[in-house]
Amino acid sequence: MTWVSAVVSAIVAAVYFSVILGRLGDVPVTEIAYQRPLLIAIGAVIVLTIVGSIAMGIGTGISAEITGNGSAEDIGRKDERDVRIGRRGELVGYYVASIGMLGAFALTLLEYDYFWIANALYLSFVVAALVSSAVKLVAYRRGF
Amino acid sequence: MVRPTKVTNRIRALRFAADEMTQAELADRIGVTRQTVIAVEQGRYSPSRQMAFLIARVFGVPLDEVFQYPEEAS
Repeated sequence: MTWVSAVVSAIVAAVYFSVILGRLGDVPVTEIAYQRPLLIAIGAVIVLTIVGSIAMGIGTGISAEITGNGSAEDIGRKDERDVRIGRRGELVGYYVASIGMLGAFALTLLEYDYFWIANALYLSFVVAALVSSAVKLVAYRRGF
Repeated sequence: MVRPTKVTNRIRALRFAADEMTQAELADRIGVTRQTVIAVEQGRYSPSRQMAFLIARVFGVPLDEVFQYPEEAS
């Protein structure tokens, strides 16, 4: 599930920023219509994460039953280790997002265009989500 | 980042003594994932006291027959 969230965040952000940055050269920043793509990107992350998680759950459940490596029941289980690793990842993500928020806050004080503020906010959410996922994956793999 | 717990355990030996119980079976008995049993067995995860007691109960042994905390060789 952590993988799904990481991959979805990365892909959607990559598509979004390539679309938006592609428009940077053509029109003045203040006229770039980033609102629609941004809302679509946020919606896409939510929908794709849900769909991906369900697909992943079904996939791992089926493969576990076929290979006999655990059971479908075991896959859906969430124990204390999952909770602890989840908390650690979310905490680190929170710090990263906070730093990003400070950056966005600075942009408002400096009266940058909405375009930059909105995209800085979005970028910090994306980076926070990726760092959070990375911390969880490392914790799962190497122990903590 | 690797911070293996100093606590050692005999879960593997106890599983084999208990009619070669699988990791999956132990996981089912104490209600955790198989990955967690593996992590505990390899010393990559230090379980909560509750989980430690549950493991000991499955094998019907006192806690310190499952987990050991060796004296530091100084």
